[in-house]
Amino acid sequence: MMEFTLVNFLLFMVNCVLSNNFIFSRYLGCCPFLGVSSKVETAAGMGVAVTFVMALASLITYVVYYYILVPLSLQYLNTISFILVIAALVQFVEMFLKKTVPALYSALGIYLPLITTNCAVLGVTLLNISDQYNMLWSVLNGVFGALGFLLAIVLMAGARERLESSNIPAAFKGFPISLVIAGLMSVAFLGFTGLVK
Amino acid sequence: MGKKQTMRGVFINGVLNENPVFRLVLGVCPILAATTSATNGLGMGVAATFVLLGSNIVISLLRNFIPAKVRIPAYIVVISTFVTVVQMLIQAFVPSLYDALGIFIPLIVVNCIILARAEAFAGKNSVLHSAADGLGMGLGFTLALILIGMVREIIGNGSVFGLDILGPTFQPMLIAIMAPGGFILFGLILGIVNSIVSKIAKRSAGKGVKA
Repeated sequence: MMEFTLVNFLLFMVNCVLSNNFIFSRYLGCCPFLGVSSKVETAAGMGVAVTFVMALASLITYVVYYYILVPLSLQYLNTISFILVIAALVQFVEMFLKKTVPALYSALGIYLPLITTNCAVLGVTLLNISDQYNMLWSVLNGVFGALGFLLAIVLMAGARERLESSNIPAAFKGFPISLVIAGLMSVAFLGFTGLVK
Repeated sequence: MGKKQTMRGVFINGVLNENPVFRLVLGVCPILAATTSATNGLGMGVAATFVLLGSNIVISLLRNFIPAKVRIPAYIVVISTFVTVVQMLIQAFVPSLYDALGIFIPLIVVNCIILARAEAFAGKNSVLHSAADGLGMGLGFTLALILIGMVREIIGNGSVFGLDILGPTFQPMLIAIMAPGGFILFGLILGIVNSIVSKIAKRSAGKGVKA
């Protein structure tokens, strides 16, 4: 396991956000990436909500896995328990925000329930286990992975706002052209590969 | 219309008219991640079909017992049970596929297609219809994954299902099986399918006017 030093921390951040971006190099979280990226503001809202949930989910699933499932040798139940944790967490975050920060709730409101089925969230919790991160790195993996998602979805929304006014063949409107754009962005992100070993 | 015909209709609907990949564009992550080769596409398709069939049947059987308010968590539990079964089966019998698909096998749980069919179809229809819907949607998903997988494998590796077809002189474009190629080729295939579908729709609409 990596020691927690400033250098390792920065390398890990660059690695998660740029070289191993969830969307552009791991294909995680593509549904909201394509579905909620028509405007920059909504995309940013979704990204922030995902960051919040992913950090909490990484922490809680770590505890669930190492303090409940491993002692009972029930590791094969990780998928079921993690998705339940995430679904409950999303519901809880929704209720908590509604009571305490109504402004943030009304901004994120409709995106919160969608996060349950964002495969980046379940993906990061499963990756934390398979990569054997400790608690600190698990949470950091969640936060930086989500920041990479935020970066990708905001960039995408910016590109799609411009597309509104351009002349696209009818058959390519909507998803097809968005996928091609995502592909071109992904080529750019491919340039970051090898930046961090 | 007889019951048999409607069931056939439900099945064909899933394969063609409402193909989950080309018409509904659901579950983009597994589509991109599992189509680096035709074999992987087939494996992911079969795994998802099994989960879809099983979860549709069970959810349809339980549709009168699950309270509306907690239906989504209940559906997720049913789906993840089947996913765990599939994961164990693949790990035991096809370890090479298990390594190739990796994290995307447990991620079938959050594949939008499966939850969408549970919510839109299995929660409201009879067991046999739900089974037909699950099979149809699963088959549509599998065929689409094989198609995309074949295109990517031919361009990126010069082979189909692992068989070398373009000979040793072919220079593979590796990018087709990497992440960017997945996005771009899926986008292009989707655009081509859209234009074919709109042509067919126009033609049949023209015929309708004449008749």
